[in-house]
Amino acid sequence: MESRPRHTKLVIGLAVAVLILLGRLFYIQIINDRYKRDALNNSIVYETIYPPRGIIHDRNGEILVGNATSYDIMVTPREISSLDTLRLAEVLGVDMDFMREKLDYYRTYRSRIGFKTLTFIKNVDAATYMRFAEMEYLFPGFKGQVRTIRTHPFNAGGNLLGYISEVDGDYIRKHPEYRAGDDVGRTGLEAAREEDLRGSKGYHIYLRDSRNRVLTSYNNGEDDLLAVPGKDITTTIDAHLQQYGQQLMQNKKGSLIAIEPSTGEILAMVTSPGIDVDVLSDMGKNYAELAANPDKPMFNRPVQASYPPGSVFKLVNGLIGMQEGVLEPWMKYPCSKGYQYTSTRKLGCHSHKSPLDFDHAVMTSCNAYFCYVFKSILENPAYSSTKEAYDRWEQYVRSFGFGSPLGLDYPGELGGSVPKSSRYDKIYGKNHWRFTSVVSLSIGQGELLCTPLQIANLCATIANRGWYITPHIIKDSEDLSIDDKYREKHYTEVDAKHFEKAVKGMSMAVNGTVQDGATGTMARIPGVEVCGKTGTAENPHGADHSVFICFAPRENPQIAVAAYIENAGFGGTWACPIASLLAEKYLNGEIDESRKWVESRAMEANLMNVQKKEKKTQ
Amino acid sequence: MTPLRSDRGVARSLDWALIVSWLALVLTGVLCIYSASQGAEGGEGFNPGARYVKQLMWIGISMGAALLITFVIKPHVWEVLCTPAYIMVAVLLVAVIVFGSEINGSKSWFRLGPVAFQPSELSKITTSLVLAHYMRTPGFKITRFKDILMLAAIVGIPAVIILAQGETGTLLVYMSYAFVLYREGMSGWWLALIGAAIVLFIAAIRWPLWVAGILLTVMLVAYFLFCRIHGSRSFVARRNLWIVTALLAVAGAVYIYSTNFVFNNVLRPHQRSRIEVLLGITEDKMGAGYNVNQSMIAIGSGGLSGKGFLQGTQTSYGFVPEQCTDFIFCTVGEEFGFLGCAALILLFAFLIWRILHDAEASREPFTRIYGYCLAGCFFMHLMINVGMTIGLMPVIGIPLPFISYGGSSMLSFTVMLFIFVALVRRDRKYF
Repeated sequence: MESRPRHTKLVIGLAVAVLILLGRLFYIQIINDRYKRDALNNSIVYETIYPPRGIIHDRNGEILVGNATSYDIMVTPREISSLDTLRLAEVLGVDMDFMREKLDYYRTYRSRIGFKTLTFIKNVDAATYMRFAEMEYLFPGFKGQVRTIRTHPFNAGGNLLGYISEVDGDYIRKHPEYRAGDDVGRTGLEAAREEDLRGSKGYHIYLRDSRNRVLTSYNNGEDDLLAVPGKDITTTIDAHLQQYGQQLMQNKKGSLIAIEPSTGEILAMVTSPGIDVDVLSDMGKNYAELAANPDKPMFNRPVQASYPPGSVFKLVNGLIGMQEGVLEPWMKYPCSKGYQYTSTRKLGCHSHKSPLDFDHAVMTSCNAYFCYVFKSILENPAYSSTKEAYDRWEQYVRSFGFGSPLGLDYPGELGGSVPKSSRYDKIYGKNHWRFTSVVSLSIGQGELLCTPLQIANLCATIANRGWYITPHIIKDSEDLSIDDKYREKHYTEVDAKHFEKAVKGMSMAVNGTVQDGATGTMARIPGVEVCGKTGTAENPHGADHSVFICFAPRENPQIAVAAYIENAGFGGTWACPIASLLAEKYLNGEIDESRKWVESRAMEANLMNVQKKEKKTQ
Repeated sequence: MTPLRSDRGVARSLDWALIVSWLALVLTGVLCIYSASQGAEGGEGFNPGARYVKQLMWIGISMGAALLITFVIKPHVWEVLCTPAYIMVAVLLVAVIVFGSEINGSKSWFRLGPVAFQPSELSKITTSLVLAHYMRTPGFKITRFKDILMLAAIVGIPAVIILAQGETGTLLVYMSYAFVLYREGMSGWWLALIGAAIVLFIAAIRWPLWVAGILLTVMLVAYFLFCRIHGSRSFVARRNLWIVTALLAVAGAVYIYSTNFVFNNVLRPHQRSRIEVLLGITEDKMGAGYNVNQSMIAIGSGGLSGKGFLQGTQTSYGFVPEQCTDFIFCTVGEEFGFLGCAALILLFAFLIWRILHDAEASREPFTRIYGYCLAGCFFMHLMINVGMTIGLMPVIGIPLPFISYGGSSMLSFTVMLFIFVALVRRDRKYF
């Protein structure tokens, strides 16, 4: 019969097929070890270790930004099942109304929430968190989350320090070294020194068992990578001084900057209105509100605002005049309530004695005097044309650090502007402009713009009698050494000997008598010789800006301060006391009894919405 | 005439080898499901909703059905009922396309409350029964055109409907009827032709045309040489061999070219990708390639003797998808290693061999043909399911009989097997 062999053939076929299966199994299970290795990879768990972010200290070791642990309870509403609400409320120490409200919300918006994980309760205390962690398994859908947050023990320098926030998808695309869940510095020092502060992440390697429980450390932890903590940063800021400056500047719009002249270290840099440190650790919630605030609290005025320097710039013109040999301190110029520069046009001045020499012109801030000075600079016979003289003048001005960013170690610094002669060529036609076309530059108005930091730097330069070190806010420390460019002295093109004359005028402005026309007498500090210069910057948008620079003591100055207060009127009225109070606080640690009234007057003043007043330059 | 031997005891009239194998397989299945669902369901305690408990319940139901079939229902009922049942199942097969639910990409399931079942599982039983019923009719000749047409209709009608459902796996199982026909006298060349057609079809779709061309050439040369050595030595036969080979070459070339042409130029991209996915040529979006890789990792990591019961890490973490159903073999591979796999496969092989043995031993053509259908069905399930988990076959979702989790497949395989047990018992009782 033919079927028998067919039956046998089919059985043989069965045997062959079974052998193929067994052969293949033998190969992948016994011969080839690739699959065992891959299986190991599958059962390995990498647990990221986050390094602590670097701490930011002030110059005296006070902590400006530290780290703290925060515990949140998270919930994934879709994963909630058989929830014992009463028990959970008890564990978390919340009442049932809260639970009901939350759960109703999740039910109502369940389609919008989807599988998202939401914060159930933010920032519970450690004891509650531990209690919850023990019983977490009873509440599917709920889990605890430990976060490191930034703390700011001093309400000082919110804008300077900046904030951190979790990276978003867009950021990760641009910076592939970051992973979801990482924080990154977004503004201020947190952003500028991100690479130092963040440290580097590490990981533990664990093995899982068949129930997905973590069993043991893989290879005794030998392959683990330890996290490297972020570097600590010491800033040049004096936390107490910064805080005091913020108090002085409250309810005022503007900048207040203090620099240690001998080192270029920024002692305080206040922008007002600014960001309170309270909002920094939870920026996500406050961002929209801050961004919408018309007073722009996130705008860092000291380095980003551009203003006319006003009368403080007269010092620069005086120094250039002396260097060029067209001005001698004994020279006197007349002033009849201003300077008549064409038959019909006059640059006004206030009433004071006339004629005046250089010292007294600085003291009284005479406009006419510096118009004559600037005229003699531009009409200097040593140069073939106004343009050539102007170009030389511009070069001097730039040597004081005006016209381009100083090179601060901080993001977002702008440079103001010193107009080039070509600009006037464009406006008036080539060689068709003269001193009278640019007369406003005599008194620091016109096309000249600078940042408050550049004004403070000018003050430090004069205090140093002719040089400055690029201002910076990172202090040299063991963890982090600073760039050599923050040790290098930049000399202006004006010789040191001329500065003493400017210093004398500035001293007289503060320490002279009002009867003699001294403009900065409010800056007087008992026992310390303060040198200062007022400024009242005209501004087309509203009331004049109040400006004051001062340094003290006169010999071997410890601090140079610039105050620039928007729409606050005369320099001597508001900027002057505020700047001098800051200097006094720094030098003496406290405000002299005789000046307490100045302090409370300054702190209490609200100059946020001053209407435009009479225009005058003092 | 042989006297009736109805006095033979129950114990001796049953083929205990089949029953014990069945029991061993279903219990192995429960263990594997218990282990595989550990990670997903957690806890070792008794949980009435756990998959292994449900599987035990279905085993109980299946046992009841097995007892009913073996001892209560008269075996000739199957011969009487098979035709109406076949028609009914065909209707169900069409109905499921319209009313059924879609599970894992094929619309072949009916949901009845908590139970989901596939009419195609029933169709394996009814087709086998009808096939056996038709082929045992006196005067049936497998070479007669009318009979060939009938056979083609019996197998083809459900096959086409199943293809429409997208149930590639069951369709492949239907191919096993070729073995039955072969056993019953169909020329072995048909098997070779089917095999060659499958190989060339895949080659024509998957690789450049010249690959299929080379394969065709190799086949033709093998055919030619085989016939020269074993065939007639007469001149006419030799000349005919040349002509037949030439005709085959032309037919093969046309087949390859038209397959390739239709696939690439006539079918729309989505139809093309559907076929590619069905054949496992491209990885589907659900990640069939990922599945195979993970399943091979799980099996490969078992080594010689496995990690031990409940110690598998790959299957219970959910790296392996469908770990209780289509990929249940991964649990065997990981926890019991090569030895466990070999034991299970040999157990299956033994079951299939034993069915073939009983079928051959039977004097009833109905029993024999049905037995071959049954063996072919089990064989295809074993090869496709295990082959898929170890990367030999495309990922086609069909269960491993008696092992995979799933009530309706457990029940239908058991029914299918015990109809045979009952048929064998009848033979033994009366002959």
